[in-house]
Amino acid sequence: MTDGLFGYVHSFEPLGSFDGPGLRTVVFLSGCPMRCKYCHNPDMLGGGGGEKMSVSAVVEKALRYRAYNSGGVTLSGGEPLMQEEFVVGLLRELKKKRIHTALDTAGSVYCEEALSLASLVILDIKHTDEAAFKELCGFAPDNMLRTLEFLKKKRKKFWVRQVTVPGITDGEDNIKKLKQMAFGAEKIELLPYHTMGVYKWEKLGLSYPLEGVKEPSPETMNRLNALLNDR
Amino acid sequence: MNEWRSFNKGNWSETIDVRDFIQRNYTPYTGDESFLSEASERTKVLRAQMDELLRRERENGGVLDIDTERVSSLLSYPAGYIDRENEIIFGLQTDEPLKRSVNPFGGIRMAKQACEAYGKEIGERIKMNFEYKTTHNDGVFRVYTDEMRALRKYGILTGLPDAYGRGRIIGDYRRVALYGTDRLIAEKKKDFDALAEKDMSDEVIRLREDVFRQMDFLGKLAKMAAMYGDDITKPAANAREAVQWTYYGYLGAIKEQNGAAMSIGRISTFLDIYLERDLEEGTIDESGAQELIDQLVIKLRLGKQLRTPEYNELFAGDPTWVTESLGGIGKDKRPLVTKNSFRFLNTLYTLGTSPEPNLTVLWSKKLPEAWKNYCARVSIETSSIQYENDDVMRPVYGDDYGIACCVSAMKIGKQMQFFGARCNLAKLLLLAINGGKDEVSGVQIGPRSEPMTGGALDYERVLESYMKYMEWLSRTYVNTMNIIHYMHDKYAYEKLQMALHDTDVERLMAFGAAGISVAADSLSAIKYARVTPVTDENGLIVDYKVEGDYPKYGNDDDRVDDIARLIVDSFSKMLKKTKTYRGAKHTLSLLTITSNVVYGKKTGATPCGRKAGEPFAPGANPLHGREKSGALASLNSVSKLSYCSCRDGISNTFGMVPSMLGKDKATQISNLVAIMDGYFARKGHHLNINVYDRSILYDAHEHPEKYPNLTIRVSGYAVRFGVLSKKHREEVLKRTFFERA
Repeated sequence: MTDGLFGYVHSFEPLGSFDGPGLRTVVFLSGCPMRCKYCHNPDMLGGGGGEKMSVSAVVEKALRYRAYNSGGVTLSGGEPLMQEEFVVGLLRELKKKRIHTALDTAGSVYCEEALSLASLVILDIKHTDEAAFKELCGFAPDNMLRTLEFLKKKRKKFWVRQVTVPGITDGEDNIKKLKQMAFGAEKIELLPYHTMGVYKWEKLGLSYPLEGVKEPSPETMNRLNALLNDR
Repeated sequence: MNEWRSFNKGNWSETIDVRDFIQRNYTPYTGDESFLSEASERTKVLRAQMDELLRRERENGGVLDIDTERVSSLLSYPAGYIDRENEIIFGLQTDEPLKRSVNPFGGIRMAKQACEAYGKEIGERIKMNFEYKTTHNDGVFRVYTDEMRALRKYGILTGLPDAYGRGRIIGDYRRVALYGTDRLIAEKKKDFDALAEKDMSDEVIRLREDVFRQMDFLGKLAKMAAMYGDDITKPAANAREAVQWTYYGYLGAIKEQNGAAMSIGRISTFLDIYLERDLEEGTIDESGAQELIDQLVIKLRLGKQLRTPEYNELFAGDPTWVTESLGGIGKDKRPLVTKNSFRFLNTLYTLGTSPEPNLTVLWSKKLPEAWKNYCARVSIETSSIQYENDDVMRPVYGDDYGIACCVSAMKIGKQMQFFGARCNLAKLLLLAINGGKDEVSGVQIGPRSEPMTGGALDYERVLESYMKYMEWLSRTYVNTMNIIHYMHDKYAYEKLQMALHDTDVERLMAFGAAGISVAADSLSAIKYARVTPVTDENGLIVDYKVEGDYPKYGNDDDRVDDIARLIVDSFSKMLKKTKTYRGAKHTLSLLTITSNVVYGKKTGATPCGRKAGEPFAPGANPLHGREKSGALASLNSVSKLSYCSCRDGISNTFGMVPSMLGKDKATQISNLVAIMDGYFARKGHHLNINVYDRSILYDAHEHPEKYPNLTIRVSGYAVRFGVLSKKHREEVLKRTFFERA
């Protein structure tokens, strides 16, 4: 039933070591409904970009790298769930082949079926405050909150991550609240904001909304991580 | 016997069986590198002198001095030293370090030319002696057919060992240490006597003379060692002697033979047994153990042969291929990694990076993690190691094989190889399209057929013709090799190296193929795009018009990867149809060393769109700039070629920028290990690992003097980047350094 199913794939990263346990093949799917100010892949926002591929072609390609990575396959983006049918098809096919899957989502699209199929869900909570969330992403956090609730209710294995942006998410209140919200998560990761994607905005002729914001210092990251791990 | 005190006895104590000795006595090491020590004071002094000598040699145009008065052999020169006070391992090729010797047995002409190229003239006495002596080169050219001469002249067969020593033979130098020469001579005498019982056929007569000469040279080896004050008629009694005796064996071999590749085998784990015993007995400490290995390696780095500039153009960087095979797994699944495996890699730090010895790690999924990580670290920091797949070689060659030259496996002391350089399979395709004519000169060098000049090329028709010409070339190639090795045995037989083999030796005949990626891409272009031949005024096809795109080898695309595989498998099968000299087993390698540049120079435009004269990719590599799908896709393509068809090795030279492997050293190490585990699990055979930012190479290209020790793996061996010719450096810069996996 996945035969006629196609989706748009931006790229493959066969030795991903950041998105899930072990070395994994990361499949970046095109398209995202959010417009985060620090987006480091603005070239992936539009749906329909990238290479059109069938479910079996993506699975076959991901498995070609299996010898090099024992971790499994991560579906990332963009927002992979923008193509929810395709993602469900991929997860189902990979599950059939007993491959560990991770779904890397910001919860902007709510899809119970995909959340249930994935071996691990990595949920990116952009901000813990509703108004600040909207301001940062141009998008309401409702679906993200429903996703989080579903993961907790079904006792799914999940990780929570957040990008630490100076002046936006580096407040101690935010971190404390994140810890509360992430209750039940196997792991919480703070990712230091970086500016390595800025050139892509320039290339696309767009002005970068966080112009002038510096990357957080290692000291800041240590302090916030300590706060997170404080019992 | 005191020399064998505390060793576990076994078959090895009854008969010559080094493997059995290793298996019963070695101590596998699964820990990490933290036990290693730095260079000793004596080593530091010697290293400074070695660096200075090598610098002077470079400044002097590549050769420091030549002894033109003596013919190189075991007893031609008095003992030579670098700095007797600080040396603990002795022995130089001549009486002075880096003074090269003349060895005219392969061919007097080549020896003369080499001397002249460096402003010297061969001495009168040598000239006179060789007036009355047939050399290997004389013999071969007496017998070569017109067809063979043409194939050679127009560059279908290149680099044949018909004018110099064939090399690629590994003496089991460990036997000298374990048994001493008296015992080795006694064992050979038994074989000699046993041959007396047989009917005197060609082969028996030849073998009896071989064994006679082997015994003679074992005697000479003992005399050579005596000049340095060592008695090697008896086994080595401690670690210093074991290292020294083994080295004397090797030194004797490179004095007697100027073979292209003179590899040392697999000595590190063997020597570890002696080092462990001394450590146990308290006669050395770790620093002393490292010192012995460092001093051995200094000697190996100073080993040089006299070559002509043309030879150096083919094999850039004046290599000797002192290949040492490290690690691997035993048949009983214990790793053959010992502390001494670490010490050998550590010489890249204690003595600085260097192309020689050619350190080769035999990789297995089952190797200890700490060893894998250390290898990966050393690769990232030095780009001086090559890796070969123990898991595919062990089933064929057992667990005591070594690598000769770059990728040629052989059971140590039990197998030898007849080296056969390589043929140009891309040029052969042009010949098949051109009706047997050389596309550069227009001369008819192969069987005549109808040139394919009428419109766009038809894949089936081209493939059929290609296979016919391949049949023809295979037969001629085998016959050419038979002549070469008949004559080499007759006029330049490796007495000492063969003395360190079993008398009943198994022979391999190693053929080679270059231009595999160009041939595969060309056929793919003909099949999937539209390729029309372009003729010159004489009707000779000199170029091709390519319309449309086509799948290119190196992107993990089966459509073209299957073509590459088909070419290799077919050629391997065809070679086996013609009988070999002395019943040798046919093998095949995909290895160009650095001759991919010269091969390209001699090959016209190809149907894949490559222009006339442009370099090929090295070995089995995809052509530069055509691998667009990332590092792993490229590795996947190469790993599809079958080791079964290429038992002499499939060379893959691989470059990455450090950031491709990860942000920090720990991630880079674990990713490199994952890449190698993956490539070798897919049955890839060989991998040269280079980790460089391209900007460094560009800078080194412009300012070689700033990077005198920058080492880079080229194809099956390493060179100092700065000694490469401009053309070779440019070719290296064109190579893909993957920025993404």
